[in-house]
Amino acid sequence: MAKISIRNLNLFYKNFQALKNINLDVTENEILGIIGPANSGKSSLLRAINRLIELDGATITGEILLDGKNIMELPINDLRRRIGLIFAIPIVLPGSIYKNLTYGPKLHKKLSRRELDDIVYRALNAANLWDEVKDRLKDSAATLSGGQQQRLCIARTLAMEPEVIMMDEPCSGLDPISTAKIEATMLELKKRYTFILVTNNTKQAARVADKTAFFLSGELIEIDRTEKLFTSPREKRTNDYISGRFG
Amino acid sequence: MKDKIAEKFLMVVAFSAILTLALISFFIFQQGLPLIFKAGLHNIFSTHWAPTRGHFGILSMIVGSIMVTAGALIIGVSFGLACTIFLSEFSSGTIQKTLKPIIELLAGIPSVVYGFMGIVILVPFVRTHFGGPGFSVLTASIILGIMILPTIVSISYDSLRAVPKTYREGSFALGATKWQTVVMLLIPAARSGIIAGIILGMGRAIGETMAVIMIAGNALKIPHSILDSVRTLTSTIALELGYATGDHRAALFACGSFLFIIIVILNIIAIRFKGKE
Repeated sequence: MAKISIRNLNLFYKNFQALKNINLDVTENEILGIIGPANSGKSSLLRAINRLIELDGATITGEILLDGKNIMELPINDLRRRIGLIFAIPIVLPGSIYKNLTYGPKLHKKLSRRELDDIVYRALNAANLWDEVKDRLKDSAATLSGGQQQRLCIARTLAMEPEVIMMDEPCSGLDPISTAKIEATMLELKKRYTFILVTNNTKQAARVADKTAFFLSGELIEIDRTEKLFTSPREKRTNDYISGRFG
Repeated sequence: MKDKIAEKFLMVVAFSAILTLALISFFIFQQGLPLIFKAGLHNIFSTHWAPTRGHFGILSMIVGSIMVTAGALIIGVSFGLACTIFLSEFSSGTIQKTLKPIIELLAGIPSVVYGFMGIVILVPFVRTHFGGPGFSVLTASIILGIMILPTIVSISYDSLRAVPKTYREGSFALGATKWQTVVMLLIPAARSGIIAGIILGMGRAIGETMAVIMIAGNALKIPHSILDSVRTLTSTIALELGYATGDHRAALFACGSFLFIIIVILNIIAIRFKGKE
């Protein structure tokens, strides 16, 4: 069974329809890459899945299922704990690196100092950041470099013990080396988590994604195994996009 | 050339503001300090106030000022913060646009009107429901608490709104509820602005004179409960300066000196608190 199933999803901002009748499955322990030009509805899809879209006043028809259960029937905090979201611009919260990591877990249950230390260590380790920050956990998180901040955000999401991790162009502001580190982290974590990766960089999808979906103007044009989509796409529009003819 | 003139002009204006402050403090201390030394701290820190007969005890007024200010802060800060959080985080745009100007309008009401409302409504209310004369610490605290609301609300509202929207989204994305986001993230992030609002409110409360004269009862004794009458430093100055001469007049300036010192101490405490991470 698919980890996340999207059935006939439509999404409207007032009169503008951002997503048109989307049907899509995300398989467990795989990375689903989502590519497409700006304003094709990629970010809206992610924000619909963890219901952050409600803050934007959007309306939705259709269903999103997590493990077969409609997300509208799950407690919203639980849903957002199980499905983490990493933003394009790393959002480090004010305060120390340590505080950034313990913020999430502390919301959901009371934890002792030792348990918190343990969570911080495991999250940073999993995000390949431990060695770089282990001596400065008490420093303000804003002092980290852009790439480190983004990995801190990944670590912060991991600290919540999520099931699905969604990333919205996580490397858009990063240099190639930081990008490579984040991609390596994703490939490693894939064994335990399910990923949805929205990216403007088609090559990134080709490098890390198991399946890739191509979105255009709110429509899902094509979804397939990554090798297949990049070598012999069924749709001409997909071919045009990945070969750089538009977008 | 024009630049130079403008620069010099602005510098003069800026320094004249500082100069005014320096002159005021110099003048207050120059008038008040000699008496403090002449009478001695022992005399000043007693409760016996008969300035025409050589007794300059202002302790009860200091206690009165501090009690009234503390009471006003308890009321003003708790209601002010609750109001700010509601406006900024839990209400729609239309409610914010209607309510905030109304609250800010409170700042425009003259203090004598607050005093009047206090005498007509609050004093009888406190007298019948809580006992005592009605002219009391409690009454003054409530009125002052309302008076400092607009200051606290508008400044802390602005600083809460200044917290980037992305922080809220980041917090919600981690599964925080709105309330958790407010308590654990937004208030700490906006803390320095909120404290600035509280400092300004506190300054207004301790310096307020007219409303306090009208409703605090002005009794010259250390209050034993919040239902007792008190007289504050500012009330004493306003009530007596009109006819005071000689040492009496100097004693009122001594009151001013202590008021000045209290305000400086409170500000230092607040700045310390603000700077600490």
